[in-house]
Amino acid sequence: MIDAREAITRAHEEEWARVIAALTRRFGDLDIAEEAAAEAFAAAVERWPADGVPPNPGAWLTTTANRKAIDRIRRENKRDDKHKEAQTVYGNDPPEPVGAIDDDRLRLIFTCCHPALAMQTRVALTLRMVGGLTVPEIARAYLVAETAMGQRITRAKTKIKAARIPYRVPSAEDLPARVSGVLAVLYLVFNEGYLATGPDTDPLRPDLTAEAIRLTRLIRGLMPGDGEVAGLLALMLLTEARRTARVSAGGDLVPLAEQDRGAWDAGLIAEGHRLVRERLAATAAGAAPGRYQILAAINAVHTSARDIRDTDWSQVLALYDQLIRLDPSPIIALNRAIAVAEFDGPQVALAAVDRLEDTLAGYHAYHATRADLLRRLGRGQQACAAYDKAIELAGNTAETAYLTRRRDQLR
Amino acid sequence: MQYLVSVIDDKSNPGSTDRRPAISAFNERLIAEGYWVFSGGLADTDAATVIDNRGEPAVFSDGPFVESKEYLAGIWVWEAPDLDVALKLAAEASKVCDRKIEVRPFL
Repeated sequence: MIDAREAITRAHEEEWARVIAALTRRFGDLDIAEEAAAEAFAAAVERWPADGVPPNPGAWLTTTANRKAIDRIRRENKRDDKHKEAQTVYGNDPPEPVGAIDDDRLRLIFTCCHPALAMQTRVALTLRMVGGLTVPEIARAYLVAETAMGQRITRAKTKIKAARIPYRVPSAEDLPARVSGVLAVLYLVFNEGYLATGPDTDPLRPDLTAEAIRLTRLIRGLMPGDGEVAGLLALMLLTEARRTARVSAGGDLVPLAEQDRGAWDAGLIAEGHRLVRERLAATAAGAAPGRYQILAAINAVHTSARDIRDTDWSQVLALYDQLIRLDPSPIIALNRAIAVAEFDGPQVALAAVDRLEDTLAGYHAYHATRADLLRRLGRGQQACAAYDKAIELAGNTAETAYLTRRRDQLR
Repeated sequence: MQYLVSVIDDKSNPGSTDRRPAISAFNERLIAEGYWVFSGGLADTDAATVIDNRGEPAVFSDGPFVESKEYLAGIWVWEAPDLDVALKLAAEASKVCDRKIEVRPFL
């Protein structure tokens, strides 16, 4: 019965967040929702191969999960009548009036990414509740023991309930800040997949990048008018498009300039470019672009060039200038300097990079950038020292391999 | 839902001492909007006494139960519908008091 198995996989991808979200709204309790949803999917695994796939799998799962949740509440109520009262009161709160965007899954996302939760907790909770990853899967992704990850998620659910973190879409005035909090969580998941940290992990984690893209697509579907959501999705797509070209057969990181552009994923690039064009049109109509939109535009310039020599560096620089006005962080200044090297030459870029020493001396990319510029300026010994420092600080295995190879070429 | 709202001061870097009028005005507003349940500033931790009567006889010790750089300088109890409302008020309270604020729900 391959059909049933496929149907379950698809239902899990499409319906997990919806089932959790609907149950959380009804019962006012993430823990009950999570357990009941897991039981409903387990029931599907048992029943669908024998009974056939129901005509509306989502409805079947929601109904089954609802029944499981009510069973659990009944069981608990026999033990504790007070709990029942609390449950009913909280569960029957009238739904908050919301604007045009009203979907239980959005409430769920905003609750999982609430600013009162620690960043790592938001990531774990979002992957579990919205993404439907299991606790062992999340623990593996972040190289944390399963029990520790389970406790982190349990503590988060306890805090949400005890402190009454609300289950709703934030008001219009709070929305931009809260959306940006959600996007930060998704970008963190994506980046961990894009450049995984730790000596014992694969350098690329396509499972994490794919999950981040899937969740960002979901949010894009729920908030199609939000420019930063579109920007982040475009940024992820244009980055993901280069994934296979980013690591060599030998396991070294391949820098942008040396990548086989024919290996880039044309479909993802086309989709990313469409989103960037959509945002450029909105900007032309007066919308102010946020950082993800600008980063996406920079990536659109790179992915438009068939050869590194065709890159429109003046446009890349102009976009970085725009980004720095929005977010004057040293890391953005460092990335801008990389573009300066192509436009004004490595000497000018090195001067700009050296000015960042105070803030970035502990950051591997600062030393890697310096090393590359010194190498291009023929200052081999200094370049070697900078590579040493970068290797010492780099956390990604492919990046370490690349830096080591570059350094050894200078010796 | 009730929240204990703690005002946290720092011995090595204390907040400004001229906040009373602003705090009074803020309290008036909390009362008018129905959030205020209780509030009070606390005397210095030097004035605290800890009592342990779990065994006989009761033991009294001079000073707070834990010595730390950061200490509780005052408290509120607020009635708020959810944490978002409490956090928004707490952000204002932190400005008004010129100190850090901890929000913790009652059971």
